Amino acid sequence: MPTTASPPAMAGTSRRSGTLYIGDPGMWSWVAHRITGVLTFFFLFVHVLDTALVRVSPSAYNAVIETYKTPLVALLEVGLVGAVLYHALNGIRVMLVDFWSKGPRYQRPMLWGLIGVWVLVMVPGAFFMLQRAATELFGGH
Amino acid sequence: MTAVVEGTANANDTSQIPAPDGSVTVTVKIQRFNPEVDSEPHWESYDVPALPTDRVLNLLINIKGYVDGTLSFRRSCAHGICGSDAMQINGINRLACKVLVKDLLAGGGRRAGKTRQGKPTTITVAPIKGLPVMKDLYVDMEPFFEAFRAVKPFLITYGNEPTNERIQSPADRERFDDTTKCILCACCTTSCPVFWSDGSYFGPAAIVNAHRFIFDSRDEGAEERLDILNDAEGVWRCRTTFNCTDACPRGIQVTKAIQEVKRALLFKRV
Ligand code: HEM
Ligand code: SF4
Ligand code: SF4
Ligand code: FES
Repeated sequence: MPTTASPPAMAGTSRRSGTLYIGDPGMWSWVAHRITGVLTFFFLFVHVLDTALVRVSPSAYNAVIETYKTPLVALLEVGLVGAVLYHALNGIRVMLVDFWSKGPRYQRPMLWGLIGVWVLVMVPGAFFMLQRAATELFGGH
Repeated sequence: MTAVVEGTANANDTSQIPAPDGSVTVTVKIQRFNPEVDSEPHWESYDVPALPTDRVLNLLINIKGYVDGTLSFRRSCAHGICGSDAMQINGINRLACKVLVKDLLAGGGRRAGKTRQGKPTTITVAPIKGLPVMKDLYVDMEPFFEAFRAVKPFLITYGNEPTNERIQSPADRERFDDTTKCILCACCTTSCPVFWSDGSYFGPAAIVNAHRFIFDSRDEGAEERLDILNDAEGVWRCRTTFNCTDACPRGIQVTKAIQEVKRALLFKRV
C-alpha cells in the first residue's frame, strides 16, 4: 500500500500519458510496415520449413501441401500478397525518404500514391487469386 | 491503451469562471496526477466557457485560477516562443498557447478536433509522452536537455580567432536556416515512437540542434557531433515516422534534418 506520508515519492514514476497518440500518417505507415514485415517473416519461416520437408520425405511434403488446399489458406494467400505488396511499396517509399533529398517533403503524397497502387493491384489480384482457388477447390478437374 | 479510470463526470464546479459574450461551453478533460496522493494518473473534466479566439492555455489558466489552484503546468511567454507549454492536446503534441479553441470546435482544424457540428466539444489535455510526469501536465525535462547538451550545441572552432566577424555567405547561412528556429519545446522528441519506447534515444530535438551546427560553415565541430550521433542511440534509431515534423510548432522540417545528418554520416560529406 502506498502511503500518503512520503510526499513526492510518486513524482516522476509515471511516464504514462494521454490516450492514443494521433501521429502523422507516416507513423501509421511505419506501424503497418512493421506488422507486414513481421507477418512476411513468419510466412517465410513456415515456408522454409515445409519446403525443407521435401528433402526429408516427399510424401510427407505432399501431405502437408495437400492441407493447404482449403478456402482459409486461399484467403491467407491473398493476405500474404497484400502484406508483401504493401511492404515492398512502402519499402521503396522509405528508401526515397532516406536517399532522395525531396523525399521527406513528398512522404505523404508518396504514401497516398502507394495506397492507391496497392488498391489498384489488390482488387483485381484478389479476385483472380480467389477465382483460381475456387475452381481448383470446387471446380474439379 | 491506458486503463485510466474516468473521473466522475464533470463534478468540478466551474461556475466562478467569467463567461464573456460569445463564449461557448467546452469540456476540458485533463490528465491529473498528484504525486502526493495518486499512484496513477486519472482524468478530470471541466465544463468551461471559452471564446473561439481563446487559446487552450487560457482555459487552463482559468481552471487553475477559478476552479483548482493545484492544477500544474508550465507556461511563460504565452506567445509560442519560450517553448514551455508543450502538451498533448487532443492526442497531438502542441503548445497550449498556440492552439485556438475555434480550431478545436466543430469541424475546424486539421485532425485537431474530433467533434462534429452540434455535438459538445471536448478538449483532452495530457502531459507530453515519454518524460517522467512530476505533476499533472508538468514533466521532468532533464532527460530531454541532457540529450540536447550531449550534441554540443555551441560553436566549436580551432585555430586563431579572426580579428573581425566570421564571414558567411547567404547560401551557407541558408543551409541550416530551418534548424535555427528551434525553441526546445520537446514537442518533437515526445511525439517520437522510438523515444517513447526507449528514452535513451537522443531524439529529434537534439538532432535538430546538432544539425544547426554541423551544417554551419563557420563551425568546425561537425566531426565530433556526427560521431556522437552515430552512436547506437543516435540518428540510426529514427524510423522516419514524421511525427516530429508534424508536431513541431516552429514548422521545422525535423525529419528532413535528421535524414541530412544520416546522409552526412553515410557519405562522409557535410
Ligand atoms: C520478403 C521478406 C521481407 C521481410 C521478412 C521483411 C521484414 C522487415 C522488417 C521486420 C522490417 C522492420 C521494420 C521496422 O523498422 O520496424 C523491415 C524493414 C524494411 N523493409 Fe522489409 N521485409 C521483407 C521484404 C522487403 C522488401 C521486398 C522490401 C523493399 C522492396 C523491403 C524494404 C524494407 C525497408 C526499406 C525497411 C526499413 C523500414 C524502416 O526504416 O522502418 N523489405 N522489413
Ligand atoms: S521521424 Fe524519426 S525522430 Fe521523428 S518522430 Fe519519427 S522516428 Fe522519431
Ligand atoms: S524542433 Fe520544433 S518541436 Fe522540436 S524542440 Fe525544436 S521547436 Fe520544439
Ligand atoms: S508559453 Fe511560451 S511557448 Fe507557450
